[in-house]
Amino acid sequence: MDAVTENFDVFAGGFWLTLQLCFLSAIGALIVGTIIAVFRISPVPPLRAVGTAYVTVFRNVPLTIVFFFAAFGLPALGSNANFLRIPGLDQIFNRLGIDLPYFRFAIIALSLYTGAFVCEALRSGINAVPAGQAEAARAIGLTFGQNLRFVVLPQAWKAAIVPLGSVIIAMIKNSALAGFFGVVGDLSNSGYALVTVKGEPAVPVLISISAFFLVMTVPLGILLDRIEKRRAVAR
Amino acid sequence: MSEQATLYDAPGPRARLITIVSSIAVGVLLVVAAYFFVYRPLDKRGEFTMEKWGPLIDPSNDDFAALWQRIGTGFRATLMAAALAVVLSLLCGTLLAIARVWLKTASRRKWAGLPAPVAVVLRILMVALDALSRVFVEVFRGLPVVITIVFVWLGLPSLGVDLGNILWYLVVGLVLYNTVVIAEILRSGMEGLPVGQREASEAVGLSSGQTIRMILLPQAFRIMLPALISQLVVVLKDTSLGFIIGYEEVLRITTQVVQILDNQIQMYIVVGTIYILLNYGLSKLAGYAQRRLARGRKTRTLPVTAEAPAAISEPVL
Repeated sequence: MDAVTENFDVFAGGFWLTLQLCFLSAIGALIVGTIIAVFRISPVPPLRAVGTAYVTVFRNVPLTIVFFFAAFGLPALGSNANFLRIPGLDQIFNRLGIDLPYFRFAIIALSLYTGAFVCEALRSGINAVPAGQAEAARAIGLTFGQNLRFVVLPQAWKAAIVPLGSVIIAMIKNSALAGFFGVVGDLSNSGYALVTVKGEPAVPVLISISAFFLVMTVPLGILLDRIEKRRAVAR
Repeated sequence: MSEQATLYDAPGPRARLITIVSSIAVGVLLVVAAYFFVYRPLDKRGEFTMEKWGPLIDPSNDDFAALWQRIGTGFRATLMAAALAVVLSLLCGTLLAIARVWLKTASRRKWAGLPAPVAVVLRILMVALDALSRVFVEVFRGLPVVITIVFVWLGLPSLGVDLGNILWYLVVGLVLYNTVVIAEILRSGMEGLPVGQREASEAVGLSSGQTIRMILLPQAFRIMLPALISQLVVVLKDTSLGFIIGYEEVLRITTQVVQILDNQIQMYIVVGTIYILLNYGLSKLAGYAQRRLARGRKTRTLPVTAEAPAAISEPVL
């Protein structure tokens, strides 16, 4: 147990960094996913094709390869993802502003990958809105944008919240990969380093890493189950 | 998929013209942007030269045969790990699902025919096992697969367990996670069945074990087949994590090749494409299975229930 108590601040720091990564990537994924979802249901055929292609590619490719592309492809394009150094935001999330770009790359990879799944969750929500709603909106002369904004999306969010939640849980779990792609000091990276570099015993360290991940995923999962049950009863 | 027709009116000639013109304009803009921001930087680094692409696409290149042989070896290793993981986790997942459904009824049983102390012990045992199985499911469902795999890889040897081949560490890690996922899929399939199924089987005198084995499980498999096939996609994607623990699957081999040939981007594009094709094929298979099943189940034709399984066949992360 010494390995755990002595290194508790390492775990706490890793937990905090992983939390930041998940929070920022979740926002990114929601933005990307919403845009792609709008693409996929838009009246413009080329946009629909782009949306479909995006989802097909990112849903069928391993996240590992997406991470490789973020970590090697972006530098090849001469980009250090500096556009994510948003002033103000990098005060709170100080990893955004530092010169090592891997934290930003991890956010990009996770957002792009998870975005495809967010899009599908949203679309399943949109499908759950009764067709009469959208038809009525059209009948009173709302345009496609108004239709989405005022009638369909507000209702779709409600039906999409459970699938979206499971997507976010999956994303939190996937964020563990970031530690193996250059992000220094997140949960998986610090645990791995403690075992392989500092030679701490593997089992207690890995159990505590797991516990920190469970702290994030299990309550969310229980919350989602609650929401699902409540909605099932309400129906 | 009904939203296409209901969200907007069919475009008229003017709207169609606007669509075409603006699509072409945006397309041209994108091509120009891609030239400046993607092609030029990549070209400057020589990413489009035959030196980098040659080993992948030019059969007369010296490295062509050896490279594709390596990629083939890698994918064989990937597929082998995936196949082993799938078979084992299907097996364990089915057993776990049976155990969980059985324990759920057993933990409520009063064991009336037995002497009181035995009945109490049995009751406590069943409740404890039920709770244990739930904790097991919650823990392994909530853990990242990477952590599970690394845990198995670093943890088992330090506990004195040696699995020999590194393949088995990957497979055990994958199986731990997917067992739980598959068990949950099957369990929700069994619990989603109409109650009459269970009642009828009990009425004809089947024990609860027989009910699960002969009545509930076969139906759950059938209903959940699309979800199970989608889980195959997840397993196939997750085998790529083997490269972290040094299993020689396709990504590991790619990183080795890249060190010699120095063509990262090209290699990852090719490997990524193969992955996409494989997984896309599997997703299509899941969709096909689902349509077959939907056709077979004519009892429920409500539009709402017809849509519900659509989400099931979607691949999960």
